[in-house]
Amino acid sequence: MKDVYKRFGAVEVLRGVSFALNGGEVLGLVGDNGAGKSTLMKLITGVYSVDSGEIWFDGRLLSSPRQTHTPARARGFGIEMVYQDLALAKQQDVAANIFLGREPVRHLLGILPIVDRRAMEIRAKFILDELGIKVPQLRVPVAWLSGGQQQTIAIARALSFNPKLLILDEPTAALAVKETEHVLEVIRELRNRGIGIVLISHRLPDIFAVTDRILVLRQGKVAADLVTKDTSMAEVVAHIVGAEPLRKGGLA
Amino acid sequence: MATVSKTLGLVGTGIRRESLLVLLVLAAAMAILAPNFLSLGNLINVLLATAVIGVLAIGVTFVLTGGGLDLSVGSVMAVAGVAMGVAYQSGLPWPLALSTGLAFGAFLGWCNAAVIVRSGVPPFIVTLGMLSVARGLALLLSDGRPIYGLSQEILFLGQGRVLGIPTPVWIFLLTTILGQFLISRTRFGYHTLALGDNETAARVVGIAIEALKARLYTLAGVMAALGGILFAARVNAADPTAGIGYELLAITAAVIGGTNLFGGRGTVVGTFIGALIMGVLQNGLNLMAVQPFYQQIAIGAVLVLAVWLDRMQSRNQT
Repeated sequence: MKDVYKRFGAVEVLRGVSFALNGGEVLGLVGDNGAGKSTLMKLITGVYSVDSGEIWFDGRLLSSPRQTHTPARARGFGIEMVYQDLALAKQQDVAANIFLGREPVRHLLGILPIVDRRAMEIRAKFILDELGIKVPQLRVPVAWLSGGQQQTIAIARALSFNPKLLILDEPTAALAVKETEHVLEVIRELRNRGIGIVLISHRLPDIFAVTDRILVLRQGKVAADLVTKDTSMAEVVAHIVGAEPLRKGGLA
Repeated sequence: MATVSKTLGLVGTGIRRESLLVLLVLAAAMAILAPNFLSLGNLINVLLATAVIGVLAIGVTFVLTGGGLDLSVGSVMAVAGVAMGVAYQSGLPWPLALSTGLAFGAFLGWCNAAVIVRSGVPPFIVTLGMLSVARGLALLLSDGRPIYGLSQEILFLGQGRVLGIPTPVWIFLLTTILGQFLISRTRFGYHTLALGDNETAARVVGIAIEALKARLYTLAGVMAALGGILFAARVNAADPTAGIGYELLAITAAVIGGTNLFGGRGTVVGTFIGALIMGVLQNGLNLMAVQPFYQQIAIGAVLVLAVWLDRMQSRNQT
């Protein structure tokens, strides 16, 4: 991503953002409210197109002022996003949610197209097992499951598209400690499979637990691009709020 | 969880045990209190009396399950009957007259969806408007008078019998089976449930929401038209004042049958049972020679009771 700008009316939300992400890498995206995190991700997922600058993905031009980007196009490139509000249909069961909008079909008597429940459940179970996600029953409405289980089902749906890049927006914000640990475990598993991951979170302990790099946005610019194991929470916080970062040996 | 088994192995189908239980208890009570209730002839009467509301309620079930609302089916029913009558009187052969009625229903249903999707005005208001517009159209087309003299073939739909069972009952049963198949087995049904459950989610996964809504309201219009044709055929006349208040009875049947008024859950078999509960109540009270005013009180109470039971159950689940 090179030198990306995005403005809405008079407000310039992104002012020259550049960064790179490699496959199998977890990038933590942090920043205060209004720093431009959501806008940046929506440029990648095709909700918006860039005003200037270029976004490249997998050696191909994803978005530029001349290349309009759309959500369907993003999906075609292998980019998936799990939204903070989960976007689950909570009265429907687990399998229906994982295959929402893409239910497998078989033909009754060779002509009548009907949803193939069996195939749907077998494939749903396969995806969940692979991720080490335990769900008590595939046939219960997801509203009956815990917040952590719901989050992993939302991730499982995104994974059923075989993405190369997965963007997770505050996946742990509403979860208990134990459930958070489970979601982080799933993220580690995905990284091992070579999927690039962007993790947006306000919870710095989570960011430090799973990311390889941390990108700090502040007022529409990259305030810092840090390697997780070489930095500290204090330094990240300092970049987020815009204070002079702490150096070894005290305040610089 | 206890509630999982409570749904009697019907989890996948989404059919609730409660409504079936209510129906059976009610039927048992009627059988004891009204000696004639259990005769075959009377049971067929119950189905016959329920058929028109039931057919309307099937269409309404789809709209409600998809998170919408249709208050216009009672009026659309009248327009469809009148349109069929006018078409037949003007010399069209009966199959074309029937098609005209159905087409009117489909078109008015589609109009509901078109306005809802394009204007963003809530379905409650749009279909409330249609309730009035369609009634006006029915009166206009018929000059405010019932249209008599329908063909024998059309009358057969309302008064005929096949294998001893009245035609409207056959049509009610057939559309129930078809509707249940549509809502529980096809992608159209799955997408309808998803739309009513979480419209944003449905949009994000790429379901064509506008087209789906158009299909749902059109289906409700067609079912209303079918109900209107059956009704006209049964009473020998296309009456522009037919079906007043039927929209609320149809919604009541669907909700008693377990359809979520706010979308995301609904079965046609449930609606069938819901309509039968209302029919059994009416029939039983009639047989016991109870003043008809009590029927309305009873139906209202059953509606509230059904939704209350449902709420208690879903509270236990979490």
